Amino acid sequence: MRVNFTVNGRKQEADDVWEGESLLYVLRERMGLPGSKNACEQGECGSCTVRLDGVPVCSCLVAAGQAEGRAVVTVEGLAEFAKQRAEHGGCASGACGDTKGTSLQDAQQWQSKPTDSQTGEGVELSPIQQAFIDAGAVQCGFCTPGLLVAADEMLEHNPSPTDADIREALSGNLCRCTGYEKILDAVRLAAARQERQGEAV
Amino acid sequence: MDFLRPASWEEALAAKAEHPTAVPIAGGTDVMVEINFDHRRPEYLLDLNRIGELGEWEVGQDTVRLGASVPYTKIMENLRTELPGLALASHTVASPQIRNRGGVGGNLGTASPAGDAHPALLAADCEVEVESVRGSRRIPIDDFYTGVKRNALAPDELIRAVHIKKADGPQQYSKVGTRNAMVIAVCAFGLALHPETRTVRTGIGSAAPTPVRATAAEEFLNAALEEGGFWDNGKIITPSVAKQFADLCSAACNPIDDVRGTASYRRHAVGIMARRTLTWTWESYRGGAASTKGSVA
Amino acid sequence: MAQNTRTVPAGTPTEVTQNHVKGGVGESTLRPDGTLKVTGEFAYSSDMWHEDMLWGQILRSTVAHAEIVSIDTSEALAMDGVYAVLTHEDLPAAKNYGMEFQDTPVLAYGKVRHHGEPVALVAADHPETARRAAAKIVVEYRELPLITDEASATAPDAVLVHENRDDHHSGHVPHPNIVHRQPIIRGDAAEAAKRADVIVKGEYTFGMQDQAFLGPESGLAVPAEDGGVDLYVATQWLHSDLKQIAPCLGLPEDKVRMTMAGVGGAFGGREDISMQILASILALRTGKPVKMVYNRYESFFGHVHRHPAKLYYEHGATRDGKLTHMKCKIVLDGGAYASSTASVVGNAASLSVGPYVIDDVEIEAIGLYSNNPPCGAMRGFGAVQACFAYEAQMDKLAAKLGMDPVELRQLNAMEQGTIMPTGQLVDSPAPVAELLRRVKARPMPPERQWESSEGSDVRALPGGLSNTTHGEGVVRGVGYAVGIKNVGFSEGFDDYSTAKIRMEVINGEPVATVHTAAAEVGQGGVTIHAQIARTELGVQQVTIHPADTQVGSAGSTSAGRQTYMTGGAIKNSCEIVREKVLEIGRRKFGSYHPAWATAELLLEGGKVVTDGGEALATIADVLEDEAVETEEVWRHRPTQAFDLVTGQGNGHVQYAFAAHRAVVEVDTELGLVKVIELAVAQDVGKAVNPLSVIGQIQGGTTQGLGVAVMEEIIVDPKTAKVRNPSFTDYLIPTILDTPTIPVDYLELADPNAPYGVRGIGEAPTLSSTPAVLAAIRAATGLELNRTPVRPEHLTGTGPA
Repeated sequence: MRVNFTVNGRKQEADDVWEGESLLYVLRERMGLPGSKNACEQGECGSCTVRLDGVPVCSCLVAAGQAEGRAVVTVEGLAEFAKQRAEHGGCASGACGDTKGTSLQDAQQWQSKPTDSQTGEGVELSPIQQAFIDAGAVQCGFCTPGLLVAADEMLEHNPSPTDADIREALSGNLCRCTGYEKILDAVRLAAARQERQGEAV
Repeated sequence: MDFLRPASWEEALAAKAEHPTAVPIAGGTDVMVEINFDHRRPEYLLDLNRIGELGEWEVGQDTVRLGASVPYTKIMENLRTELPGLALASHTVASPQIRNRGGVGGNLGTASPAGDAHPALLAADCEVEVESVRGSRRIPIDDFYTGVKRNALAPDELIRAVHIKKADGPQQYSKVGTRNAMVIAVCAFGLALHPETRTVRTGIGSAAPTPVRATAAEEFLNAALEEGGFWDNGKIITPSVAKQFADLCSAACNPIDDVRGTASYRRHAVGIMARRTLTWTWESYRGGAASTKGSVA
Repeated sequence: MAQNTRTVPAGTPTEVTQNHVKGGVGESTLRPDGTLKVTGEFAYSSDMWHEDMLWGQILRSTVAHAEIVSIDTSEALAMDGVYAVLTHEDLPAAKNYGMEFQDTPVLAYGKVRHHGEPVALVAADHPETARRAAAKIVVEYRELPLITDEASATAPDAVLVHENRDDHHSGHVPHPNIVHRQPIIRGDAAEAAKRADVIVKGEYTFGMQDQAFLGPESGLAVPAEDGGVDLYVATQWLHSDLKQIAPCLGLPEDKVRMTMAGVGGAFGGREDISMQILASILALRTGKPVKMVYNRYESFFGHVHRHPAKLYYEHGATRDGKLTHMKCKIVLDGGAYASSTASVVGNAASLSVGPYVIDDVEIEAIGLYSNNPPCGAMRGFGAVQACFAYEAQMDKLAAKLGMDPVELRQLNAMEQGTIMPTGQLVDSPAPVAELLRRVKARPMPPERQWESSEGSDVRALPGGLSNTTHGEGVVRGVGYAVGIKNVGFSEGFDDYSTAKIRMEVINGEPVATVHTAAAEVGQGGVTIHAQIARTELGVQQVTIHPADTQVGSAGSTSAGRQTYMTGGAIKNSCEIVREKVLEIGRRKFGSYHPAWATAELLLEGGKVVTDGGEALATIADVLEDEAVETEEVWRHRPTQAFDLVTGQGNGHVQYAFAAHRAVVEVDTELGLVKVIELAVAQDVGKAVNPLSVIGQIQGGTTQGLGVAVMEEIIVDPKTAKVRNPSFTDYLIPTILDTPTIPVDYLELADPNAPYGVRGIGEAPTLSSTPAVLAAIRAATGLELNRTPVRPEHLTGTGPA
């Protein structure tokens, strides 16, 4: 079957989708967006978390056909999403960006932001992404994309979370490397920076 | 496999009539896991996400009409006063991501004894509104669960909504899992006080082939509360009454040993949860100490 | 290759441009792959993609022990979209592989020895087609009796799991179903026992733990025009893989070109081969690139687990708490294939005494062959199981003596100069008593943290969001534990690493390139490799070349060895490069300044400087267009095998120590546990990157917590089948299960190690588990001799 939806602000179209495919599979294997991770495919790890019409969901539990006509934001589009939110006073619907339409070919080559060869240097990051790097919250990094999408969404509606709030909001995201301490640090750091930025404005 | 995308409720009923084997999919929590792990290959998937009314609820005079797909997150955020037991149960469902998509219709459709919503629905009392092209009917929750992962739905019927009695008294919900979040119930217990009818209702999850009520325990407690004039005098329930109630709740279980827990533990834990939730609800009924407010989260 | 092909893992080569050299040894330099990992662009092995690629699918055995009567692939082959269906009859060359013993069939032939063993293989144009085809393969089994424990393995009439063993341990084992047996005898335990005023005995059970790395086994094999194959996989040791893969493909090693793809965690579970050979065979057979990705269910069958163990201990002590003797027997279940069982046995035996001084010991460790899932490497490697048992013994002994459990441990703590039961001298710092003192001295976390003005915050209580208690039945307990772990490969193994360092001038700036085959599995090797090069070569810009087999082996990213070993190799190669640079400098500029003739010249801040800090020349001026390069092998000091009768021998390179204090709150009625705090003290020798050090310690601690209270692969003893191969029923800690983990690290340099480093990743996994168990015992008063401890164990409502 054919599925049309918006990913990171761009119209996408996927053909020959098997009806049992998940949104996660379509993103990873058909859209060239493997940032959302395939750790458990049973909704028990959160590595595949994306925003579907603004709402964080496990993309492994969304049938591809259910995404028809909807807007998806993945970790690849998170920086741009956060930037537009900051500039336009919040666009949590996931429908930010242009709607001109992109062919599948273009879509697979499209990157949500320019990168410098293989190093990723000079890339503009969202506050939560930068905080994860700075706090040492990334080790193997497989849980990171899902955690970033979940944490970013939490900070969107709860800019000054308590530790218990952070733990609850991220309780659907497993990490096997860090013991979560540095992840808590990262979210606290992002919240504090966000607050300082807010005060400066 | 075919993917059916009805745009309206009527189209969905027509599709289900035409393809009774079609598997409805909404939040995807159960169905997609079965597909991803190759446990199930339905001929047709019937996507209910496009039917907006399934995600809506109405608060009426005596009941809440809860659309089958109202996500658990919305129940937690919006219906704590009307459906306190279900709101607590919703908070124990899996993870925030799952709660954002899953709804009560999925729990009822799958009818797994481990579904988190069942004990709260049983305790609150409700009717399940189901419909087919042949017509609509309401199934009392007590008649809904018919066997292990079986319910009273006809092959052409779909779950449209649940009509849940608005709380007329305190309700509580507890669930035991071997992890502090994102865990399937080892067993669960729901309790609702209904001061208007001077009755209590219970619900037990994961401790029998289907979700069940502890009817003997309810009858015992109803009688004990009546006899002692508790509903009027608001006295503390005596430990012996609480113990007897807990024991009868344990006795209502018919559990199995599995990888999540032993039968003996399930019986034991249901008793503990019964006693604690009775204490919490009754304290709340009496006027409420801070300790009974329960989950701050 | 199409533009949208992602076969080269991005993420490793990196440059940081700054004006002066920052980010050397000892700084908390940030990960060079961090940006790629937070943007989703870091290419993990499951992200590999190639135009026209096929998907590989394995059919696994549904029974644990059976003769294969027949395999019928005809229906599967007839399906549209199916390119190949293979069984053992189609294997191109060697039929077996293995790290220590070549006992593991690529595809089962003759019989299957465990549930989930690969039997047949499909390649198809879509994963669903491949799954459907695999489901159409008909395998007929004739079931055989099961070997599931020590008794069934060593019974006189026991069926042999492997009939014709010819491995290096087969000659000395007491039974062919025993992979390896290692006794250690020192002093006279029986005689010493007579001096004991108290004796405690215990029988302990350690459950089967899974590494549960999040990135599934996966990769891409691309057939090459020269008849070889290019393989992009996630592994802990490229060269060990290569040595096993090439013979099974019938190819020379230089035709199997391996490149590290991004690794989504490892923890020992990627030390053995998973899909590498299978994907390569399919690629060579079909002439098309083949991708394989295990789902979580398959992943539980796709790698070895931590050995479950039975441990029998006896300790004696005098009235004043001095240990008199220790006897123990440790039975490790290796499952159907050996993997690293023999080495795990050696570790368990040689570390079974714990970090204590006991002169008279009688130790025996054995590893079984059985029909249970194969077990091998996991973080802590044999020392974890022993630590759980000997620390439980210490608490029992303290209780019997009426002593404080920490004081008892400190009284018997080993230190530098102690002789191990193997006869080996502990010749570098061993601050066991000090580590215990530090965790004990920490202030206690406040009581009843769940209470707030608005009621009980269930997130701070046992049961968490499940709302099981508002404080009822909750009792606090505190427990302590300390452990000892070896670092690096032991028992005479020729353990080395290789580093190729190149220094050249690019755009007027000196740049160093570090090329090793070391696997970056998340631990941060790529970060510290650059730090070492900066410190040694005084250059700011360091490029980390992707790890591949075009450079010599780095050994495994395991055993806490990579900072020591590949770090040591990089340091060594850098020193050689530095000498070469100085030689060029002397040749060019030696006549201009007498200081060039001194031996103490350094490279700092892009310049050649004297030890007095005088700059003689810039590196750019010295090198000009010249590039300096060297590839050197570096070894740690040699070790010896343990004597097969007495266990004597200098078997280990280095020891590492960590201590924990666990504070738990237990809902004693429901048997639910909330760990409130897990404080750690550890000697790290030298913190090359403090941020990474803390991350390793916290991560290791959490894996120890997991196995204390929830993690176990449950194998049905009647069928030897795995009952919980999913993340629904194999639970690992969430962020709500994990407490604050304050880390206090010491830096007592090991004079034998580069920069004094001590392997850090493994020790925290040891003592975390027994500390949590001790705290739960303190809260409940129960004996608790198994791990994980489940609610039924705490409420008397279930089997032991």
